[in-house]
Amino acid sequence: MLKEPTSETAPIVKKRVSDPLPIRVVLIGVMLLFFIGFIFLPLGLVFAQAFQKGWAFYLESITESYALEAVKLTLTTVAIVVPLNAFFGVTAAWAITKFNFAGKAALKTLLDLPFAVSPVIAGLIFVLLVGSRTPFGSWLGEHGIKIIFSTPGIVIATLFVTFPFVVRELIPLMEAQGRDEEEAALTLGARGWQIFGKITLPNISLGLLYGMILCGARSIGEFGAVSVVSGHIRGQTNTVPLHVEILYSEYNFAASFAVASILVFLALLTVTLKVAMEKQFQKNSFHH
Amino acid sequence: MGIELQNITKKFTGYTALDNISLNVASGELVALLGPSGCGKTTLLRIIAGLELPDAGKIILENKDTTNLPPREKNVGFVFQHYALFRRLTVFENVAFGLKVLPRKERPSRTEIRDRVEHLLKMVQMEWALKRYPSQLSGGQRQRVALARALAVNPKVLLLDEPFSALDAKVRQELRRWLRKLHDEIHVTSIFVTHDQEEALELADRIVVINKGKIEQLGTPQEVYDHPANAFVYNFLGNVNVFHGRIKNGKVTLGSHHVDAPDELKHAEEKPSQAFVRPHEIGISRIRSSETDLTGTIREVRLMGGQIGLNLACEGFDHSIDAEIPRELYINLELAKGSTVFVSLNRVRVFTGDYVI
Repeated sequence: MLKEPTSETAPIVKKRVSDPLPIRVVLIGVMLLFFIGFIFLPLGLVFAQAFQKGWAFYLESITESYALEAVKLTLTTVAIVVPLNAFFGVTAAWAITKFNFAGKAALKTLLDLPFAVSPVIAGLIFVLLVGSRTPFGSWLGEHGIKIIFSTPGIVIATLFVTFPFVVRELIPLMEAQGRDEEEAALTLGARGWQIFGKITLPNISLGLLYGMILCGARSIGEFGAVSVVSGHIRGQTNTVPLHVEILYSEYNFAASFAVASILVFLALLTVTLKVAMEKQFQKNSFHH
Repeated sequence: MGIELQNITKKFTGYTALDNISLNVASGELVALLGPSGCGKTTLLRIIAGLELPDAGKIILENKDTTNLPPREKNVGFVFQHYALFRRLTVFENVAFGLKVLPRKERPSRTEIRDRVEHLLKMVQMEWALKRYPSQLSGGQRQRVALARALAVNPKVLLLDEPFSALDAKVRQELRRWLRKLHDEIHVTSIFVTHDQEEALELADRIVVINKGKIEQLGTPQEVYDHPANAFVYNFLGNVNVFHGRIKNGKVTLGSHHVDAPDELKHAEEKPSQAFVRPHEIGISRIRSSETDLTGTIREVRLMGGQIGLNLACEGFDHSIDAEIPRELYINLELAKGSTVFVSLNRVRVFTGDYVI
């Protein structure tokens, strides 16, 4: 056993090793300038523009029916995309980290594809795949299923674009945790679903939630892929970012920025959630 | 019979981890699988537990063929090198896990589970830690909880994979004695894997020395230590001095010296041989007591607790010789670096064979 240091031990003088002053000033200065120029200033401008015509106009812009429809569609998309990608993400991360199979490395690389491909291309892929001019698309159309220029298309495009968030959060976590605990549970007589529910899921829960928050944030903000598949039908297939763009292109700047401020609020909410979770994580950090 | 392994073979891409291993372990026995890292001992343990499948062979636990059973149905307790405690569960929930995952029909009542867990934790002296999380325990404490968890399901066989190797030396020794005592009380058939010969010698009823997927020797610690079957076993079980020489006309050359060859090699034809002497089987004296004594000079002195390690340059030998003598003798002989001494090789073992150190 280690003994506590006795009272005779000389107190350790805390002397911080630090970079010279000029370097610190430059580093902090650069960071501050960046923050001001790229975050605080644009954010401030959004609100300045949004309130350009006063409170009443602001409220009217965000409660107008097309705006509300856009918010509804965006939230619906998020509500479908996040759980699905959480499921796909856990499945893919599970398969990759707990099993060995041929083509594993290739699959791992492909998981990043949605990040690497431009969202516009991602949207076009689905138009080419299930658009009304393709055999599959026309077959669907005959059966009364419409994907492109309607909500399913928006959901699918968003699913594709936001797929990597959960997986990428989970793979390093699950790789670090290894298979020991699952194997221990196995030798103790647990079945697959018991191992998943009692061991694996609790172990990855925070990483999973974190991935889901990022996935949700991106789903709210996704523009490119959704723009291609949506068709921009006001009140029907317009998400919030698309609505902002339409208003802007109509020179309706105040309304455009008012709606954009909704996105800013949602983004701030995401960041707050993330910080809260990080705090929670520090509190429960179970390290070996 | 507790455990019967018949002709277990396991190949991984590029090498054979286990080559036709057969082994019987009696009920209640504590057996050590001893070997260098990569020798296949952990693979063998995982195969017994069902965490790996053998390419060929049979595993019979308590007279029941379990070769193709999933780990869940094997009823073995497994203790992992890095404990593998469930980090999100308390100590109580960790130990209760194996009981709580039982199908409803077989599951004990809540109070029964509680009693059993408390009993087990008392047995491993961890009853005070019921509500702690693994991260709040030391390595030795975690390993004891892991042991209680493995025992909770009343396993037919207990398997321990390098159970002490992640602990520091002092704790390791304590836990090892404690485990031996515990085994004497509960008598569950156990196999533990180790690369530490001291651990195997101290703890096991029998030792299985494994190298490159094959069993080199099987026997009680005494047998294995005193009568090693070959050069590998001899070398693996402790420090050695190696002398490469030749065997000729019933004599073995050691540097410029000769010793009598062992009986079984008396009439061997001339061939290369290896002679081994353990450092503590070397005699050091200020007075020449026999013609065969070597003359040596102390080149280095190392303090090793109760023993003193000497590195000697001996006349007629190319390589230096390591010896270990009691501290008292070292002081009585007034030895120091540079002293000239007479060296006797008290127990020389000669092996001829392929194994080369």
